[in-house]
Amino acid sequence: MTGAQALIESLKRAGVEHIFGYAGATICPAVDALASAPEIGYTLVRTEQNAGHMASGYYRVTGKVGVCMVTSGPGATNLITGIATAYMDSIPMVAITGQVPSHLLGRDIFQEVDITGACAPFSKHSYLVKNCDDIPRIVAEAFHIASTGRPGPVLIDLPIDVQNQKLKEYSYPEKVSIRSYKPSVRGNDMQIKRVIGAIAQAERPVICAGGGVFLANAQQELTEFAERTSIPVVTTMMGLSLMPSAHPLNMGMIGAFGSKAANKALAKSDLLIMVGCRVADRAILAPDELERRMSIVHIDVDPAEIGKNMTAEIPVVGDVKVILHQLLERAQAGGQTEWLTRLQELRYEVRHRTFPTTPGYVFPGHLMRQLSRKLQYNAVVVADVGQNQIWACRHLQLEGARFLTSGGLGTMGYALPAAIGVKVAQPNRQTVVICGDGSFQMAFNELAAVRAANLDIKIILLQNNVLGLVRQIQDTPAYPAGPFGVALDGSPDFTTIADAYGIPSRVISEDEQVDGALDELLNAPGSFLLICRVDPKATTND
Amino acid sequence: MRQTISVLVENQAGVLNRITGLFSRRAFNIESLAVGVTDDPAVSRITIIVDSGNSVVEQVEKQLNKLIEVIKVRNLEEDKLIGRELVLVKVNANAKTRPDIMTICELMGAKVADISPTTLTLELSDTPDRVNTFEAMLRPFSILELARTGVIALQKGSGKI
Repeated sequence: MTGAQALIESLKRAGVEHIFGYAGATICPAVDALASAPEIGYTLVRTEQNAGHMASGYYRVTGKVGVCMVTSGPGATNLITGIATAYMDSIPMVAITGQVPSHLLGRDIFQEVDITGACAPFSKHSYLVKNCDDIPRIVAEAFHIASTGRPGPVLIDLPIDVQNQKLKEYSYPEKVSIRSYKPSVRGNDMQIKRVIGAIAQAERPVICAGGGVFLANAQQELTEFAERTSIPVVTTMMGLSLMPSAHPLNMGMIGAFGSKAANKALAKSDLLIMVGCRVADRAILAPDELERRMSIVHIDVDPAEIGKNMTAEIPVVGDVKVILHQLLERAQAGGQTEWLTRLQELRYEVRHRTFPTTPGYVFPGHLMRQLSRKLQYNAVVVADVGQNQIWACRHLQLEGARFLTSGGLGTMGYALPAAIGVKVAQPNRQTVVICGDGSFQMAFNELAAVRAANLDIKIILLQNNVLGLVRQIQDTPAYPAGPFGVALDGSPDFTTIADAYGIPSRVISEDEQVDGALDELLNAPGSFLLICRVDPKATTND
Repeated sequence: MRQTISVLVENQAGVLNRITGLFSRRAFNIESLAVGVTDDPAVSRITIIVDSGNSVVEQVEKQLNKLIEVIKVRNLEEDKLIGRELVLVKVNANAKTRPDIMTICELMGAKVADISPTTLTLELSDTPDRVNTFEAMLRPFSILELARTGVIALQKGSGKI
């Protein structure tokens, strides 16, 4: 058995069913071994970065570690943004890169880069494999490390000679044990008691839930805990859709782009219970202020997140799901409070606001609201980055659908490839992409991957011919020159682009067209591109 | 505030890169760093001295703990550690100045590592403070070259990290 065969065999043993990749000279032995493994599916991406995003989308709906495999040099460096995006969103991923022959490492030969070195700051761990006999152990460890504790991407750099070496003996480890890696699972019982005590004392408690709740698959536990204690819930962007939007305790998203009800809940609270979130600047603008005003409980699997950006009075380290179970064992039933009533009134305003109409344009809020009504219960909506993302976060009202986006790194061009990852895993799940004309042009080469696998992805493109969110930033006194370098001049006719890939499309520019156009989009037999003209002057505050 | 961080790591390629990366991305300077294998050849001990606030160092400790190859991290308290540093220093020395230099060596417990008609190369292993004193005392004789290893440290008494 060669190293390459051992790699593919080990991936099978790790439960891998699909790989997103791009072949090249130094990964050819592994690709050759993959060709003889029909039980593992393969998607050829059109640029390596998107292999990372596809693996991310794949994981986020299946809970199975995403796998990508690319060649050395430019293949590996192109993948870097995909790895960094996964790292910032704590997405478990195993990235395999081909590498030049071991004896030539460090000589700057054709397509050589130090990819483990380059990825060190934003990978959970990495391996440069020197001996083919280590492959089964390294693969097993990589999957273990990627998927446990705080998940993240793990890189395996595999020189071509190691792929071609013959193993002495193949044996895949039954169990992985790394002496220096033992993530906490159970929360400290003393701390759990303190949390329960703090809740009993609090008058205006609030739960702030983030992407860590999804990572721990603890949406149900969180909802149950909130319901039992009658504590209102706010979420970060990465926590969106973990509770139905209409749930009476769900106050919406916090932060610079958040809802009034959610931000009020955060600002006026006397006990903030953070669950699987990490106090990033977009979500919590002034952590010092919150520290001063309220007691803070921080529940997270990563001890380094606690106290990094905000000091917590009661830190609880461990698996969010397990800790929520521990809390549920002791939690007392709460009831309707004045605090909750006040927030619910605020929330009513947010949820029932009416949108203005601008002739010649589709109003993004109206579009999102209409889309929410038409989505299947278990649909997946993937928003890209930019104004489209913020409009989606602010105005979608998802009652069962899952919301995905690149919240941490904010990588433009994430949505389409991530949706491909979703669809590859779950072909029957309704999947909608929301993107802008900037982000679409960073990713539309992947329409080829959509086409190749005949995937059914509904794409909504908000076209305003400008990098809108950047323009919004430039339109402030901080930038006296005003908008510059953001007009998307030279953009193609997107219907022609769709047509070139054999994908039907439609352009709308009035609010009254939204209803019919969404029906056409969602009922189309396959992929469809709906282009909505949006006022270039529209802002995310509208 | 000067702090001494002792780290036990798997003795593998690339570990040092990951560790120093954690410091450099937070833009703070490592004052000294010493690495060597322990009694277990699979484990190395890294002793890092940084001058920084408590909260920053606490965060770095947590980040160090997250690295898969890091086995243990401990911030050693200044009054509870034994810290030693080795210095090699080459000074100008002729027949006239040599006795004065030798007096300093005797007083400080330094040894002569090498001698030439115009120079003396001295070695001293001591606390960083005393190494500083030694260096200051030699400066009037004109130091040609100097190398310090950086501090290595262990806890006092029977405790271990």
